Order: sequence, then structure tokens, then C-alpha cells
Amino acid sequence: MNVNQHTPMASPYGQPQPGYGQPGYPPLDGGYPAPYAPYNGPASAYQPGVPPQGYSPFTSFPSKAVAANPVSDLSSPLDLGPARGPPTSAPPPVSAPQQYNQYSHSLGDVQNGPPPMTQAPPRPAGSQPYNQGAANLTGAHPSYPQHYGPPPTMEQVTNQMTRMQVTSGPPTPAGPGYAPPQSSQPPISTSYQAAPQPSYTQAPPPVSSTPTQPPSSGGPAAPQQYFAGPPPPSQQQFASSLPPTSQQQFTSSVPPPPSQQTFPPSSFSGPIPPPSRAPAPPASQSQQPFPTPQPPFSSAPPPVNQSGFAAGPPAQSSFPPQPPPPSSQPGSFPPPGPPPTSAPSGQYPTPMPHQQQPPTTQPSPYHPGPPPLRAQMPPTSNHLPPGPQGPSCPPGPLGPLQQPPSPQTGYPPQQNGAFGQVRSPQPGYAGPYPGQPNYGAPAPAPAPAQKRLDPDSIPSPQASDMPAVQKSRHRIDPDAIPSPIQVIEDDKVKTTEPFTTGVRGQAPPLVTTNFQVKDQGNASPRFIRCTAYNMPCTSDMAKQSQVPLAAVIKPLATLPPDETPPYLVDHGESGPIRCNRCKAYMCPYMQFIEGGRRFQCSFCNCVTEVPPHYFQHLDHTGKRVDCYERPELSLGTYEFLATVDYCKNNKPPQPPAFIFLIDVSYNAVKSGMVSIVCHELKSLLDHLPRENPEMDSVVRVGFVTYNKVLHFYNVKASLAQPQMLVVSDVSDMFVPLLDGFLVNVNESRQVIESLLDQIPEMFADTRETETVFGPVIQAGLEALKAADCAGKLFVFHTSLPIAEAPGKLKNREDKKLIGTDKEKSLFQPQGGFYNNLAKDCVAQGCCVDLFLFPNQYVDVATLGVVPVSTGGSIYKYTYFQAQTDQERFLNDLRRDVQKPVGFDAVMRVRTSTGIRATDFFGSFYMSNTTDVELAGLDCDKAVTVEFKHDDKLSEETGALMQCAVLYTSCSGQRRLRIHNMAVNCCSQLADLYRNCETDTIINYFAKYAFRGVLNSHTKAVRDTLVNQCAQILACYRKNCASPSSAGQLILPECMKLLPVYLNCVLKSDVLMPGADVSLDDRAYLRQLISCMDVAETHVFFYPRLLPLVKLDSSSLPMAVRDSEERLSKGGVYLMETGLHLFLWVGASVQQELLLNIFGTQSFSQIDSSMTSLPVLNNPFSQRLREIIDSFRAQRSRYMKLMVVKQEDRTELIFKHFLVEDKSASGGASYVDFLCHMHKEIRQLLS
Amino acid sequence: MSTYQEFIQQNEDRDGVRFSWNLWPSSRLEATRLVVPVSCLLTPLKERPNLPPVQYEPVVCSRANCKAVLNPLCQVDFRAKIWACNFCFQRNPFPPSYAGISEMNQPAELMPQFSTIEYIVQRGPSAPLIFLYVVDTCLEEEDLQALKESLQMSLSLLPPNALVGLITFGRMVQVHELSCEGIAKSYVFRGTKDLSSKQIQEMLGLTKPAVSGQQGRPVAPQDAAAASCKFLQPVHRVDMNLTDLLGELQKDPWPVPQGKRPLRSTGVALSVAVGLLEGTFPNTGARVMLFIGGPPTQGPGMVVGDELKTPIRSWHDIQKDNARHLKKATKYYEALANRSAANGHSVDIYACALDQTGLLEMKCLSNITGGHIVMGDSFNTSLFKQTFQRVFSKDYNGDFRMAFGGVLEIKTSRELKVCGAIGPCVSLHSKGACVSENEMGIGGTSQWKVCGLNPSTTLGIYFEVVNQHNAPIPQGGRGAVQFITQYQHSNTQRRIRVTTIARNWADAQSQIQHIESSFDQEAAAVLMARLGVFRAESEEGPDVLRWLDRQLIRLCQKFGQFNKDDPTSFKLSESLSLYPQFMFHLRRSPFLQVFNNSPDESSYYRHHFVRQDLTQSLIMVQPILYSYSFYGPPEPVLLDSSSILPDRILLMDTFFQLVIYHGETIAQWRKAGYQEMAEYENFKQLLQAPLDDAQEILQTRFPMPRYIDTEHGGSQARFLLSKVNPSQTHNNLYAWGQETGAPILTDDVSLQVFMDHLKKLAVSSST
Repeated sequence: MNVNQHTPMASPYGQPQPGYGQPGYPPLDGGYPAPYAPYNGPASAYQPGVPPQGYSPFTSFPSKAVAANPVSDLSSPLDLGPARGPPTSAPPPVSAPQQYNQYSHSLGDVQNGPPPMTQAPPRPAGSQPYNQGAANLTGAHPSYPQHYGPPPTMEQVTNQMTRMQVTSGPPTPAGPGYAPPQSSQPPISTSYQAAPQPSYTQAPPPVSSTPTQPPSSGGPAAPQQYFAGPPPPSQQQFASSLPPTSQQQFTSSVPPPPSQQTFPPSSFSGPIPPPSRAPAPPASQSQQPFPTPQPPFSSAPPPVNQSGFAAGPPAQSSFPPQPPPPSSQPGSFPPPGPPPTSAPSGQYPTPMPHQQQPPTTQPSPYHPGPPPLRAQMPPTSNHLPPGPQGPSCPPGPLGPLQQPPSPQTGYPPQQNGAFGQVRSPQPGYAGPYPGQPNYGAPAPAPAPAQKRLDPDSIPSPQASDMPAVQKSRHRIDPDAIPSPIQVIEDDKVKTTEPFTTGVRGQAPPLVTTNFQVKDQGNASPRFIRCTAYNMPCTSDMAKQSQVPLAAVIKPLATLPPDETPPYLVDHGESGPIRCNRCKAYMCPYMQFIEGGRRFQCSFCNCVTEVPPHYFQHLDHTGKRVDCYERPELSLGTYEFLATVDYCKNNKPPQPPAFIFLIDVSYNAVKSGMVSIVCHELKSLLDHLPRENPEMDSVVRVGFVTYNKVLHFYNVKASLAQPQMLVVSDVSDMFVPLLDGFLVNVNESRQVIESLLDQIPEMFADTRETETVFGPVIQAGLEALKAADCAGKLFVFHTSLPIAEAPGKLKNREDKKLIGTDKEKSLFQPQGGFYNNLAKDCVAQGCCVDLFLFPNQYVDVATLGVVPVSTGGSIYKYTYFQAQTDQERFLNDLRRDVQKPVGFDAVMRVRTSTGIRATDFFGSFYMSNTTDVELAGLDCDKAVTVEFKHDDKLSEETGALMQCAVLYTSCSGQRRLRIHNMAVNCCSQLADLYRNCETDTIINYFAKYAFRGVLNSHTKAVRDTLVNQCAQILACYRKNCASPSSAGQLILPECMKLLPVYLNCVLKSDVLMPGADVSLDDRAYLRQLISCMDVAETHVFFYPRLLPLVKLDSSSLPMAVRDSEERLSKGGVYLMETGLHLFLWVGASVQQELLLNIFGTQSFSQIDSSMTSLPVLNNPFSQRLREIIDSFRAQRSRYMKLMVVKQEDRTELIFKHFLVEDKSASGGASYVDFLCHMHKEIRQLLS
Repeated sequence: MSTYQEFIQQNEDRDGVRFSWNLWPSSRLEATRLVVPVSCLLTPLKERPNLPPVQYEPVVCSRANCKAVLNPLCQVDFRAKIWACNFCFQRNPFPPSYAGISEMNQPAELMPQFSTIEYIVQRGPSAPLIFLYVVDTCLEEEDLQALKESLQMSLSLLPPNALVGLITFGRMVQVHELSCEGIAKSYVFRGTKDLSSKQIQEMLGLTKPAVSGQQGRPVAPQDAAAASCKFLQPVHRVDMNLTDLLGELQKDPWPVPQGKRPLRSTGVALSVAVGLLEGTFPNTGARVMLFIGGPPTQGPGMVVGDELKTPIRSWHDIQKDNARHLKKATKYYEALANRSAANGHSVDIYACALDQTGLLEMKCLSNITGGHIVMGDSFNTSLFKQTFQRVFSKDYNGDFRMAFGGVLEIKTSRELKVCGAIGPCVSLHSKGACVSENEMGIGGTSQWKVCGLNPSTTLGIYFEVVNQHNAPIPQGGRGAVQFITQYQHSNTQRRIRVTTIARNWADAQSQIQHIESSFDQEAAAVLMARLGVFRAESEEGPDVLRWLDRQLIRLCQKFGQFNKDDPTSFKLSESLSLYPQFMFHLRRSPFLQVFNNSPDESSYYRHHFVRQDLTQSLIMVQPILYSYSFYGPPEPVLLDSSSILPDRILLMDTFFQLVIYHGETIAQWRKAGYQEMAEYENFKQLLQAPLDDAQEILQTRFPMPRYIDTEHGGSQARFLLSKVNPSQTHNNLYAWGQETGAPILTDDVSLQVFMDHLKKLAVSSST
């Protein structure tokens, strides 16, 4: 089945890709006069007209396209459909869908469609190719650089190809995905275009453009329709087949499950062979070799491919896309890449014509040399250990490859070879390269690439494979490896309807996708996201797979305005109805029996009487009649009103208080912090959190300033002037006043304003440089104790507390320790003082938010202990300067003060018998093993909970979890917020792998690793992560993927981004610091990550990089991958990391852009110190600022804009976030890491 | 020759000195047989309007361990310009500035009438006076308001350049910064934590961190002063500020639960005050003025817990050793007092509360440092208000009647040694040739520090004759004593007052009558009383009484004329005739009797007794009773129950109380309103007379006495009845029918009984 599926998949991919590529190219040619044009083209093309044109031109691809389409049908059709639908516009979609359908219906058809594709279907080859791809990947890198240079055409082509493939690969899995990659490509392509040849450029841009647009734009609507049909079938298919697991995920995420299915499997296969291919494609140089290799491949490959396909159709599927590209590639490698991407969307519309055209075009392009590229491409993708990508991408590529082969002599061989390589990588490679000569043009590149490969090659366990791998590595085409962008875009395209939570075990759309949630019995993914929505039934399975079982819970997450906030349920004086034994709260999972007189707890199976006042009759299905009238019986999330039994000391809580503690030492005053804070507070105090916007906030406020002594202020309403009370006895902190310290803002407004006016003046001439810290928190804590309420402390602090006082710290910054066994001590707090203090704070419900303004080492690791343990936040503004950092600080402060927050919270996660919450990560304190205590809990805090088996789970009941958070609202009401979550259970590993969420897994890994550095060497932590990841993937390969050559890297569809993301985690400053990263920064990040939710970790580890080409008013340009080679010198890019916002300006940026954005004429006139863009009255500027604002609005922390000029010193900082590249601190590039991961996996498998 | 009475009076007027004996027995043995030691009451700063200070410095003996000041008793060789020290016989040349002296041109200090002379020392910078208010805020609104007004009023009484500071305390201790504009700043200390002086100064920012010194940045000398200025500011600068600050003082805001006393951190507040002054103005005249409305209830120096159900310690508890906090608190305050004394700062305590405030524990603060203690029922009484006002009274020169940082040094001729002093002083531990090994009072030194002085401050000084019996002093020999008092005048000048007196030696065997007639029984009574009080402070009451009795009996045996075992034959000479009566009243006085007095009251009375001059002390021992009637001018009458008659108005002055007592008939008349009638103008005058006299006393007395206007049968009459000699009691029935007075319901012995016993014992051969 798998094979079949795969094949179909493969073919579709291939087809789509070709188709895409084709369409793209033509338009490009025609439309793109200038490099820029391409951009335009892409944009425009993406959506409506252009794409069609492009597609049509690609008629040459068409043949492939046709094939591709069919292929895509299986895999991407669904995805594509949606995405494409919109973009292509109605007409194309129609055709496309049809095609898809056809494809889907009969694999053969698909194959037929793309004759070459058919070969692709053998995706096994595809799978192989992936392996090769992996190898290739390594190789790919070199190629890119080269591309930029002279071989532009070839390179571009290859790049495009690769991208295309990649995109296609990913897209296939998620049809839309492809589109995005393309979009990303476009920019790149544009760049390429500019430098390189126009034709290529053109080709890519259109492609990219088309794809991007489609997905983003109308995609959903149209696609839905189209897809509607296809998806179901595809899904079904997937379900049946093992690969489906991955497919399933896809299905879940994306309509085109079929494509997904194919992808996953395919991706892995034939890593080695792909490498050869990959390398070739990436670099024009490599191309040459490829040609040669191709022949060999062709010879060997075919079988390989077949086998590979058989093994992992998915891979094939992925390959398929490649194949198409190949076909297209040959003709227009550059285009092919794009085509595939665009193809999905665009092609569909007019697949047929494309196909026809493509063939024609293809041949020609192929001949030129692109073919080899493509051929390589596919392989690369295949090889691309990126398997993950490979699967998706490779599949496409492979397919294409195969197809190309047919069209092009060389290509087919390549594919074959690739696959063959897998089987016999070394020989194959050798062969292929020589064979590549056919490509002619590419030839030159290949040789060098090979050489590089060799040196870089890593000794692999399997001698035969390894060499290939090594070679492949170098050759690996980055575009051929799984692309995050592609996946993200695919998911966006696929997500067209509101996500309803009623279905158990259904994975939600990715965090990067905008979607609406309808609560139908399970908590919204905004509250809970799981790593796996299909949990293994037994601990053995769990152990075997090594997939972490965890949930990221954000209990008070803010919901978008169009979603209903949780209902508040009042069960009266006796409090919420709960299970007698396990104390689980009433929820939709409770089973009412005996006519409604009792209910059985679904967590522990205990039967509990229903209290008379809660009794209700059951209907014929056993449901309570009032089921839908009661939130707790029908929703996943709701709140209970708690009774005094749930309150501290059994008395209702006092309204909380906010205490502002401001450092007024010399540094604080000089930096302007003091006056800024005081000035801001005056207006901010009107916006204290409240539940009813009509009412005044009941939160009381108090003020303290300090240097090495503390100054309390009496701001009682009856006073004419505030009074300052200095407490210099910091060794034994106490609160000097009771009455008048915590006041109601409205009553004491005069006095408070007077105070805030005077504070900056009073300390204007201070010469005190020493500060204390421990006593400051103690003071706040004591004040809350005295007032008998919970609350939050806002501490504004500047320096290492060296003044004589409890909690005094010494400067222990010692960079020599980095990399030694003692490194971990740097993450541990100094002494136990702050730990004890934190404990006290938690007991009182005293949450601490720390704003740091350090000019030097302040030991964040220690200062952060209390905030982190109390559910608070740390904000750090290094070298704070009023002028440049004021905005960021003030926005953070405003948000922090205003955001909804609960106090004195206790969170408990109950689970159904069989699993247990065993570990918790986040900002909180735990005094026992089950209760997560949070002095404060705000809407941005997430807790990651890890589950372990303690028994078996059953597939029928699934696994239930209920997260109950008892907290005091900001109005002083005691409440319980309940989140319920049910996931499926599976006894087949394949099911597990089909329904995972990589972003959540990464969230878990990151938190796990960042906590690990406290106790272990960072290297050990990194190794652990790599090992676990390898085990996860190896387990999949061993148990779920169809058999294929060991040289192939096969990644589960839903985890194909695991390597790239994991690499980002490994390269993070915490685990692998660069020379310029201070200890404080690392500690800061470590603590910051610990309470991030999935969306935040995602963008943190894989920043969003947007090319600012043409901005339309409704959608964002499609992101590009975080790699320097994706940046065009002529472009401007916006990067968002969740903490930073960069605007990268290429050295040869268009003047028009400069004028639009900066209002300046030349690059050199750009002021790189600006933190906000000039307000210019042109649509581009307006839109850009809108985008920036919207980004900022999305994140819990304000991102300061940093303008980075290419070649400027600040570019180093920017480059640090190009996470797919090698990092200055020694972090591996994506490609290298993928190869390494592949090696690890193979070691595990052998 | 004038009588001894005149001699004594003359000496007192000139030198402020009264000796128990004005002829000194020439040997140790004889001296001890006299029972009453050779001793004197010294009023160092006795007001001498006719004694203008000289503007130069004293000439001192060049012998290192003598350093006596040139005085009229010295032999001077005008030609050689040499003078011989009359204490060590060292011959000293006059300094160059005395080159012009001759027999006709003598400096003042050589003239006999200048046995007491005052020098003004020009050395050193003059430091302003410092007043640091330490105010309890755990008061009733009414009390607090009255106190605030008094304090505000006092600002106008202070010398304009005086530095003033404010510390308030309740549960917390707040040191108010006075220099700031806008926001009122204060430094807060937790009331439960004992802080060292160093810590306090650090917390107040009075110490320069050592770091700055290391950085090589020269520490500006003004820094310390500037820092201190935050808390101590010239009155004229912060007048308004401080007035506002005082006006805004709130009652301690911390809630006082039912059944609890407010938490009052007196101990820490004092510690902070002492620490603040110590760090900023050591060895400068300063007054810490503590105003309290209740006992310290927390932290170091705690006197009683905050549980109302545990009452504050009583004499009963103390005797039963049941006062938990007594020893600890006393020790704490003593340590503070010593620190304060070492820096020359005095501590006043103004305690106004209906219940005790812990004076017993805190008394040392004032006793040692020469501060005042004022005890009243409420700050909202004229007693407090006027007393407080009187602290700032001025003398004929317009100077405040207060002096600071006094050091009293005593030099004696070699036959005499100093045993000790009793008064508001502390030993400076200056051993020397003239220091006796035999200690009486605060001994073992020839120098004492008297941090706070006023014109009436009087010390009892006790000497010992060390001349051996077998080495008689030649006839006509004279012993000399020199008192050198250095102090800071209230106008900030440093001054030195030197009093040199001499008395003749007499052989006790041959000249006993002379010696007897030189006996100053008033001075002796007070001096003996001081000894008794001094003992009472450290010993059990009964033992002191027994000691006093024995001394009295021995004295009577020594000087009485009697036949053995015949009490009726006992007679005392005129110079001793009143002495037994003084002793009788002393035995009944609150200085030795604690019955009916709380520990705080006892401490209060004793505090004043050991510092007032002779006249006032005598009043305390034996109150004065005046009688007003239609039968003649007001007359002093016996302090006896027989003086209480229906048609008399009595005015009794016990120093602490001023009682006007209307006899039964007078009271009836007054009630009937006769004084309102024109025809009974004389009655009105009669009623007014004692009031006028009382007013006169009230005007001058410090502290202001409790003024009581009562009548026969009034509850307040107890103040009178408890003082008079109970010659008529319910026991001696024969008095009942007579119209001679009012019976006193007491079991105390009357003077008659006391004298009878005394005679019996004195003549008894068995003792």
C-alpha cells in the first residue's frame, strides 16, 4: 500500500512541481524583464494572472506538470488545491483539482500524467534520492555560494530547482507549503535574477510569486472546495498506509494528506543518491558531475528508485516533485524550482497545457544544464537527509527527477543514480558525476563540489553509504531539504476552516497559521498544545519511539476577539462538582449513569453521586439534557467560581496590589530610566488590570525607590505631600508603614502624581552607585504580607547588588568557565538566599517582574530566581539609553502592567489512568510533585508538562488530561480555570508519528535542554538532544517507513522539520554561546524560554524573515528561509525573532525601496541607529509600518527595530539569526546538521 | 566673729558649697567617730550675678599630676613672680602674661573674694547647642496634639542657631530629615532590633564608606557635617519645615488589637538618637529630649509586653524578683546612658501617662547624663506644658539656664581624699593622689562628667580625712579643696569655674565643741540622705533604714548630752537639734519608702533628690507647711497633724506637690460662697493669699510641682495627710475630743515616738 501510495504521491509531487515550475518559468521569461520585475511578477503572478501565464509557458513542464499534478493530487493536491485555488483563481483550480482527482484516483494516471513522473512514483527512488539528498545537502552549500557568483544561471536554476524541490517537497506534504517556499524563493530568485541571468530569475520569481500568493491569498476558499473532494480520499488512503502516519498528520494539518503520505516516506529514502543529485543541483558545478552521475544513476537508479519507492512511497512522493522539476529543471532549472512551488498552485489551474509546454521547455532547459541540477535537486531532496524535507521536497524533486530523466537522459539516470546511490552511493556518485557531463554547463561545478565533499566527508558507519553521504553532504542542496517556510505556508493554505476541538486527537494547525478555534469539548490549542495527539498506549512504545509526550499549557492565554472567553460557572456554595476520588472537576468527559444520579469519572473511573441541585435527566444517548446549557459539560475550557474553601485561610482574598520598586542609584538616574518610569507610571496607573472595563481597577499600588537603602512612600490621600520613609536596615527588611503605602489610585492621585514628579528630582544628583536587591523583594513581600493580599512587584533594577545586605552578590562572570564542567554553575544562582526568598514569595502570592537595565554583569541567573519562581517575567535592556530604548521599555512596561493576570495560582494537571504528569517546565515553584504554584500567572505564561506512562492506555478511551488552575483574578475573585484535553491513543507507532507536532516537541526539547544546563555540561545536553532526536527518527525509519536503503534519510512527515529546528535549539546562545554572548544574556534567554509557548519558541528558534518586495494591503509577503544566501543584495528584509526586529538592507538596494522606506536616496544615507521608520506618505511605507506594528502586537514583548545595513558591523548580529547557516559560534548549518543527524540515525539503525 | 550660721550662708552664697563640718577633725580616727563624714554639697554653676567671668585662661600648677589652678590660697612671691601650689607645694613661675603683677596689682584669682572664679576659654570652635526631640506617637489624639503644640512652641524658645532634630517612634522609629524640600523624608528603623552605633550611623548615611577613601578622593570634611545636617538643622532654617512636620505627625498608624498595648519602640528610638549624636557631634553639648506616653513594649529596652493582661512591674514584683524585663532593660538603658555620657550628651525624659512608663529602667539615662525627668499624667496638662517651657528659661544675662559637657575635677590638700560624689554625674575614672580607696557614691576618681548642668544642679561630695592620728596637723593648719568645673555654657562658650575653699583643722579631742558647733545639720541631713538614697538604689529598703537609724543613734551618742540609760536626760545642742527630725521625715519620705509609690515614682523622686540644691532637698525631706488664718499673717507651722485645723488654710510644699488645704470650716464657707460677698472681702483675701504664694512657687520651681487645691475630707487631702507627722491617730484616742487637729489614719510612728526611741537607744549603754 505504502508503495502505491507513495508512488502516487511521488508522481503527484513530481507533477505538480514540474507544472509549477513550468508555469513559473514561462511567465518569468515573458514577464520579467528585469530582476525586479520578477518580484513583481511573483507577487502578481502568484495570485492571478501571472501564474497562469507562467504556468502556461511551462507547458513544457506541463508534461511534468501533468504528471506533477496528478502527483500533487495525491500529496499536495489537497494542499495545493486550497492554496492554488485562490491564487490561480477559479479557472486553474478547477482544472487542477480535476487533475488531482484523477491522479489521486489512479496512481497510474498520475504517473501517466507525468510519464517521467511515473518513474518518480517509484518514489522509492525518491526516497533514495532523499538519502542522496542528505549527502547532497552537504554538498549543496558550496554550490549555493557558487551559484551566486558566475554560474548564476546554473546555480540559480539549481537553487531554484532545489528550492522548488524543497518547496515542492514540503508543499507536497502540505500543498500550500510549497507555495510558501516558492515565495521565499522568489526573493531569492529575484536576487539571483538580478545578479544572474534574467531568465532564471524570471522563472523563479514567478514561481515563487505564484505559490506564495496562492496560499496566502484566496487559497483557502477556493482550495477548500477543490480539496474538499480530494482530501478525504487522500486521507483515507493515508490512513490505510503506514506512511499515512505522516500523511495523517498532514491530512490533519493539510487537506492533501495523500501528498503528505507520500512525502514522509519518500523523503527518507535514498539519502545517499540524492546527495549526489543534490550536490549537483545545488551548485552549477555540481551539475556537471551530476550529469555524469545521472547516467549511472539512471542505470542504477531506476531500480533503486523503484525499490526506494517501494520502501517509502512517501519519499517517492517527495521525489516526484523533484522529478517534475527535473523535467522542468532540465529546461529551466531555475524555473523548475519555482514551477514546482508555483506549480502546485498555478499548475493546477492549467496543468494540461503546462504539461505540454513543459515538455518542450523542459527539454531545452534541461539540456542546457539545468536538468542536471534538477536531477540533482531531486536527489538532493531525496538525499537530503533532510529527509524530512526530502520527503516532502524530495518527493517532488525525485518525481521530477525521474520524470526529467525521461525527458532528459541525464535526469532519469540521476534519479536512478540517486536512488541507486543509496544502494550503492559511492559508485553511483562517482558515476553520476562523470555522467553529468551531459549537462555540460553544470559540469565544471560538480568536480569541485565533489572534492569538497570528500574533505568534509565524515566517516560513516557504512563505508559504502558514508562516502556517498559525505559527498552528498557537500553537495546537498539547501532547497532540497525540508523547508520550514514550505511547511508553514502549506499549513496556512490548508487551514481554511475554523478549528473545532470536538474531535479527539486532532492536531491543530501550526502556530504560524491564523485560524479560528471553536471549542467543542477540548481546550483550544491556544491553551494547550500537545507534542503528540496520538499517544502510544504503552510505555514500551513510548520508550521505543522516544517521542516526548508533553503538553504546553498556557492557562490564561488571551483569545482573539472573535472567540468567546471562557464561561464562568457558579456551582453555588458547595463549590464545583468534583470526582470524589481524584478530585477532577466536572467536565464533558464525565459519564452520567443511573439516570443521571451518579457520574463516573473518566479519569479514575470512580463513581460519584450527583448532588441534588445538580441533578438532571439523561436523554436517550445517555447525555444530560442540559448538556449544552452547561459549559462544564460541553466545552473544553471554562471557569468555576471558587468558594472560600479554595481560599487561603478560608477567607476571601483581598484585591491584589502592585508595588513599583525603582532603583534610583547613579546608573539608573543617569540612564534616564528613573524619569521615564516615573513619567510613564502617571498615565499607566489608569490602566491597571480590571475585569470590567467600566469599573475602576481595585488593584492598589505602592511605591518604593532604592539604592543601597530603600525608600518607601506614604501616599495616603489625606496628605498634601507624599512622605518618604527611608529604611536603611536592609539586613532585616521590614515595611515601615502600613496605612498609606498601598493606596487606591483614584483616591490618592494627587499625592501619587506629586511623588512621581519629585522622585526624579530628588535623586537627580545622587552619587550612590551601590544597590541592594534581596531586601527590595523582601520589602515588597513584607508589604503584601502586611496588607494580607497577593500582588505583583515591578522591580526596575540596574546593577549587581554588591551593597552589604542579604542577597549580596559577587561578580562571578568568568568566561573561562565556558565549555568546562563548571559552566553549569554559571546558570545556578549564587547561594540559596533567593531560592528561599522565592519560596516565601510564592507562599504569599507575591509575583515579581524584573526590569533590568544593566551596563555590565548583573548575574541574571541569580537575580532571576525569584521572578522565575514566582511566575514573573524578566525584561533586560542592556546599555539602556533613554533615547533608543525608551519605546521598547515603555511598551513592555505598559503591556506588563496592563495584561490580565491571576495571583496566588495553583495548577494541577490530572490525567486518565495510564499516564501521569511527571515533569513541569516554566516559571513557577513546586513544593510537591503535583502542584504547580504560581504566585502570579499572566496571559503570556506557558507551562510545559511532560507525561509518562504508569500503565497502559486504551485506544478506545484515549488519554484525557484536565488542567485546573486555581487563581485569584485581578478583581480579587477566586476562580478555577479548567482546561480539558483528550487525545487518541495508538498501538501502532505509525499512528504516533502521524500525529505529532514538531513545534511543540521543540518547545519541550528547548525547555528540557535549558533546564539541563543547570546540572550538566552543555555539550552533554546537546548530545542528549541529538541522541533523542536521532532515536525518534530512527524508530520511525525502522518501524514505520517502508524499507529502503540505509543511505536514505526518511523523516516522518510531521517531523520533517525536527532536524532544522533542533539545530536551532542546539545553536542557541544558551547551548552554544558565541564569544560576544554574555553570561547574563544566556541566563536571561534560558529563563525567558522556560515560560514561552509554542508560537514564541517557534519564532524564537526559527525567526521569520520577510522579503519586502511588494507589499499588498491584505497579506504578508511569503517568508524566506533563514539563510544568508536567500538574501538579495538588492532587497530589504524584515526579520522577526520574537525579541528582535531587524530590517536588513542590501548593499545594492533599489533606490525606489530606499525612497519608499527611508525617504533617502542612497544606501549610505540610511541611519542605522534609527529604531522606528520614518513616517512617509506612500503605501509601501505605510504598509511596512503596519506590518511592523502587527508583529509587535503579536508578541508579548516589544521588539525594537534595528536597521541593519549589509556589510555593516551590526550585520553580525543579524547573521546570528540566520539559523540555517553556520553560526559564528560553531553551530552547524542546517545541511551539515541534517547530514550529521542522518549519520546518527544510521548508526542507530545499523 | 559671726556665727557659723552666717559663715555657712556666706560661703554658700559665694562658692555654692556647704560642708557638713566646717571644722575638720584632724585625723582619720576622729573623723570616723563623727559619724557624718566630712562632705559637702556643691552647686557648681550656682548663679553669681556679681561674678563676671574673666576672659583668660587659668594658670595651673606645672606638676603633671597636680594641675591645680592658681587661687587665693596660694603663696605668691611677687618679686620672683613665683607662686607655690597650695596642694602639692610645687613652686611655679607665672606665665609671661602675668609679668606685671605685684601686691598692688593682683589678678582676680588671687583675691580672697574670688575664691570662686570663672574663666572663659577661647580655644576650639564653638559648637551650637543641639536639641534632638524623640517623640512617642503612640498617644491619644488629645495628648499628641498637646505635645505637638508644646514642641512647636519650643521651637520659638530655642536659640536661633541651635541645631534641632526630630525622631518619632511607635512601632517603628523614624528619623526625620529636615533639610529636604517637598517630600518629607525620614529614615525608618525597625523597633525590635538592637543596632550598634556603627550600624545606625551607616544606616543614616553618616559614615563615609571606606571605599571612597581608597579611591583617593579626598573626603571633604564637610561631608560628615553635611550628612548630619540632614537630621540636625539650625532652628532658624527649618523652623517652618519642622513646624509643619510636627503638625502632620500622626498617631502611630499600626493597629492596636483589643487587649494589647501599642507597640512602642522606645529602646531603639533612644539608641538611634544616641547613635545619631554620637556619630555627628561627639563631645558637643546636646540634649536628647524623650517624650513618652507609655512604657516601651517591644525591642531592646522593653519594659512590659504588649499584652494588657500582664501589668507592668510593681515594687511587689520587683521584690519577688518577678519583673521579667527589669534587669535586661535596665542594663540596656545603662549602656545607652554611658555612651551618651561619654559623648557629653544629656537625655531628658518627659513621661506623661497615667500608668508607669518605665522610668525605673530608664532613669539612669537622665541620672547619669544630667538630664531632666519630668513625670506627669498627660501632655495636655499645665504641669508638663509649663515645665517643658521652663526647660528653656533664661537667666539674668539672657542665657539659657543650662550647660553641657561639664567635667568636675576635685583637688584636695594631702590630708584629705575624695571618696566619691552623688549626683547627676558619671565617673571619668581619673585616679590620682587625692582619690580615696574608700568609696562613697560614685568614687574611685577625682573627675566626674556632668553632661547636663543647670544653676541648681548640686552634687554631694564625700571626703575622707587621711591624716593619721599620730601625725597631728599643726594648729591653725587649713585643709583646702579645689573644685574645677569645665563646661560648655549655653552661649556655646567653654568655661572653667574654679572654687577653692579651705577649712581649719581641729583636734577632735580637744576641740569637740568647736567641731560640734561647726556642724551644718541641714547640709549633713541632705548629704546623709543622699547616701541613703544612693544605697537604696542598690540595696533593700529596710537595710537602708537600719543603716540610717544606726548613723543617727551614733551621732546622738557622740554629741548628745545624757546620763547613761536615762532617756529623759538626753539633750542635743542647737547645732544638731533639727537633725533627728530631718531623719524622721527622711525615713518616711518616698526616697526611702516605696509603699504607695510605683517604681517609676520612686525613681522620679530620687532622681530629683540627688540633684537639687540644699534648700530644695530639705523641702523634699521635710515639706514646708504654711498656715493662713484670720488670726495673723501666714506662718510656717509644724508639719504635724495638729496643724490641720478647721479654720485654717494650709499650704504645703513638698517640692513635687503644692497642696492647698482648706480646713473644714473654711471649706464650708467657701462652698457657701461667702467670698463672693462684698462684706466678706477679707475672706476672699484669705482664700487668695495661699494661691498667690503658691503661684510664686510655681513660677520658679522646676519641675513644676503638681498643684493640688483640696479641702477637708477631699480625696486629694491624702497628699497632706501622708506627709504630716501623725501625732494624732486613731490609736491615741485622747486626741479625739480635742479641737487640735485631724487624726491621721495610719500605723506609722509619730515623731514623738520616734524621738522617744531615739533617746532610749542613744542613752542605752548596751549599744
